Amino acid sequence: MKRTAITPDKISFLQRVHIDGWLLLGLLVLSGVGLVTLYSASGQDMGQMQRQFTRLAVSFVVMAVLAQLPPGFYRRLSPIAFVGGLLMLVAVLLFGDMGKGAQRWLDLGFIRFQPSELMKLAVPMMVAWYISKFTLPPRTHHIALGFIMVVVPTVLIAKQPDLGTSLLIASSGVFAIFLAGMSWKLISLVGALVGAFAPIMWFFLMKDYQKQRVLTFLNPESDPLGSGYHIIQSQIAIGSGGVDGKGWLQGTQSQLEFLPERHTDFIFSVFSEEFGLTGVIVLLAIYLYIIMRGLIISSRAQDAFSKLLGGSITLTFFVYVFVNMGMVSGLLPVVGVPLPLVSYGGTSMVTLMAGFGILMSIATQKRLISR
Amino acid sequence: MHRKRQAIRDHTAEANLFARRATIAFIIVTAMLGIVLNNLYSLQVTQHDDYQTRSNGNRIKVLPVAPNRGLIYDRNGVLLAENRPVFSLEVIPEKVDDIEDTLARLTSLMAITEEELTRFESNLKGTRRFKPVVLRTELSEKEVATFSASKHKFKGVQIEARLARHYPYKETLTHVLGYVARINKRDLQKLVEAGQEDNYAATYDIGKLGIEKYHEETLHGTVGYQQVEVNNQGRIIRVLNVDPPTPGKDIVLNIDLSLQQEAQRILEDTRGAVVITEVKTGGVLALYSNPSYDPNLFVHGISSKNYSALLNSPDRPLINRATQGQYSPASTVKPHLALLGLEDGVVTEDYSIKDNGRYRLPNVSHVWRDWKRWGHGEVDIAKAIEVSCDIYYYDLAYNLGIDKISEAMQEFGFGDYTGIDLYEESNANMPSRGWKRARFNQPWYIGDTIPVGIGQSFWTATPIQLTHSINTLVNRGERYIPQIIRGYKESNGVDDLIPLKTSRPIQINDPKNLDIVLNAMHDVVHGEEGTARFAFADTPYESAGKTGTAQLFTVAQDEKYDEDEVDERLRDNALYVGFAPFDNPEISITVVLENAGGGSSNAAPVARKLMDFYFRGRTFETVNVDSESEE
Repeated sequence: MKRTAITPDKISFLQRVHIDGWLLLGLLVLSGVGLVTLYSASGQDMGQMQRQFTRLAVSFVVMAVLAQLPPGFYRRLSPIAFVGGLLMLVAVLLFGDMGKGAQRWLDLGFIRFQPSELMKLAVPMMVAWYISKFTLPPRTHHIALGFIMVVVPTVLIAKQPDLGTSLLIASSGVFAIFLAGMSWKLISLVGALVGAFAPIMWFFLMKDYQKQRVLTFLNPESDPLGSGYHIIQSQIAIGSGGVDGKGWLQGTQSQLEFLPERHTDFIFSVFSEEFGLTGVIVLLAIYLYIIMRGLIISSRAQDAFSKLLGGSITLTFFVYVFVNMGMVSGLLPVVGVPLPLVSYGGTSMVTLMAGFGILMSIATQKRLISR
Repeated sequence: MHRKRQAIRDHTAEANLFARRATIAFIIVTAMLGIVLNNLYSLQVTQHDDYQTRSNGNRIKVLPVAPNRGLIYDRNGVLLAENRPVFSLEVIPEKVDDIEDTLARLTSLMAITEEELTRFESNLKGTRRFKPVVLRTELSEKEVATFSASKHKFKGVQIEARLARHYPYKETLTHVLGYVARINKRDLQKLVEAGQEDNYAATYDIGKLGIEKYHEETLHGTVGYQQVEVNNQGRIIRVLNVDPPTPGKDIVLNIDLSLQQEAQRILEDTRGAVVITEVKTGGVLALYSNPSYDPNLFVHGISSKNYSALLNSPDRPLINRATQGQYSPASTVKPHLALLGLEDGVVTEDYSIKDNGRYRLPNVSHVWRDWKRWGHGEVDIAKAIEVSCDIYYYDLAYNLGIDKISEAMQEFGFGDYTGIDLYEESNANMPSRGWKRARFNQPWYIGDTIPVGIGQSFWTATPIQLTHSINTLVNRGERYIPQIIRGYKESNGVDDLIPLKTSRPIQINDPKNLDIVLNAMHDVVHGEEGTARFAFADTPYESAGKTGTAQLFTVAQDEKYDEDEVDERLRDNALYVGFAPFDNPEISITVVLENAGGGSSNAAPVARKLMDFYFRGRTFETVNVDSESEE
């Protein structure tokens, strides 16, 4: 697809191929920024660049393909995807492959697959499907059932353990319920319940290394060479970047490898070090633009399922951004959440773009339905 | 919000509800990104300076650069201690594809021992992969050449050169130069106490002995620094800034290498020491202690086998006999005692005694004997020196008393360090009443005083003390502290000389008294009955001196009783002190030979040979020996 295609006067063409030009513009600009940053963060590793570029291309293709399917298809798919995903999550816990101390992978013989990635989409689909069956705002017992649909996969994934993904999945379901119009009274009540749930999570569900992360987050300087090292080095990278940054490829924290995981979860630190606060503001603006566009698309959607799913996908995208930036800058504990479309890595990117594919389907297919 | 459930959905209301919720969500999203931005602002603007500093602290390391050690030359500019590149074979693990194969091929190239391989394997484990690991040290030139020729076949293997001290004259100068060796824990502690640990941050070796130790500060120089950028593993990425080190000063010694070599050659297998100084400056021309050892052994870490061989050798090669050997000075101190007697007035030039070979005190049954069984007959002070009459000195010591002797001889430096620039110096012992009380808790007996007259009875001296005392006599009371260092080598080729060091001179009341003593020493060499007349027969130059023969004292007091060696080790120590030319003295010589026998027949010929060597090729006005001795 040529860039020249993304002009207002060609929107009708984009409409025909079910692509939302404004959203695509945001995603392409973000991917471009991501590649530029990765070139620096990978230490000018062309191999990594190539692999990331391939992944991006595949992801955009996935997005374009999924955009061709009407929202009604996704609505009908929701229960199947959710139940299938849930079964696979159980299967992972029982027979899954170990990787880096966590059980996340399911080996289907021809492909290794993370069911939790499927659930990132299946959970908001299921919740949106279920809630949109009834009139909005949803009634309390619908909300309660909706929460169960969220909690079950969340707990299964947290047990793998994969705190980052379970967090993303929980929020995606909760966003759908919130957007459906769950009453503020109920929201306060659930908030209180979650507050009460926190200690249970701490004592029964979190593994030691996860607890350690939280403790480190609370006081990184307590163990500057051990578990606090990541966050301290990351803050040094960001802080030393200043307003203007050290310049592309000039970040000493990243180029001299003081920064751990610099091309994956901590790539935002590289970006902040090299481009400074100025670059950070620009990057935040791009993300905010994409989120805004996603919410506009969702608001314009014709049916409740599309609205809820579109809004949930968009807000989950925000959670990626917020959690990643929050954790590398010391605002949140370190949970493995990548910076969308910038961090090096495959699986989550495909899922993310699949979500945007659904969003584009919602954006472009409504008129065909109404016609 | 209470709504009735309706069969027909109110799409507009639902759309509005969603739009409201989406707007709220967007506001929350914006607010939360605002929190992120605020946090980043705090890091990047408010705390920027702090993080900038910490970032620099991460990447910028200041590495010390060792200064080159100053070289050591002899007085004629001969290099005595040099810095030589030593080559070691190093392997950088990350650059080697197959370590086993590389090692196997290297072994076929040069003889790498099992020990080296074992050490390499263990070092390999504890080192970062980009840091070189030493495989073999001190490569021979041939090995360097062989490897260099096939270097391209060994990826990741390199030869590293480091400057290390080398002493080309080996054992000839060990007791003068000493040596450097790797800084150990104790050295480090001393450096810390002296606040010098930073200056030695990059230094490998430190002076452990001799001149290397005494003049360590001068020779070492000042550390330099280079500011480098490193990565998280400490690998140097680039050099940012260099503050070069100041090399140590090159020093010039008073030592004359050829004279030193001659002393070594003449002593051969005899245990003993030779000290030759420039009389008028105290400069040490030669200082040789036999046996010696190769100091280069210590530079690269001596093997325990070699070290214990040196340590346990009955010949005690590690001891510097010239400055640490404590010998009874025997008759070599008779000139000093004679001067004391004359100055004090207990004897005069004309005073004489009748020597029949025996000396006894009233009410004391003990008989002290002369070395000559029948005595020397009528002996005045001059003859007492020339023939080394013991009886005269028993009498003199008796008349002076221990207190006067002890005090006066201490003024000559006996019982005290000379201050030569070597830490390996003993103060030996000048006995006194107080000393004996402290040492043995016994009073001083009159019987103790008598043998003091012939330089025995608890009296010990080091060869350097003897030299110092003879120089004091020759310089008429002026005292120049023996110094090995002469000055600093300057780039313009002219040595920057160090001012002479002196100590409090000895007051001589009547210069004539000193002349009597010096003339008598002249007669020791040139007189008809002089004890050194055979040793110095027909020298082209005129000299003066004094022989000495000390009974049964060796340097080692804790030596084991060894039947096979007992006879040899019980023989007398032979001593000689002398100076030349007599008219205008240039050099003084002290010779001490352990268990060699009499001073006249053993030590004096050694001194003669050294003087001959020193004055070789020089012509002297012929002098009438007889007329000199008549005076």
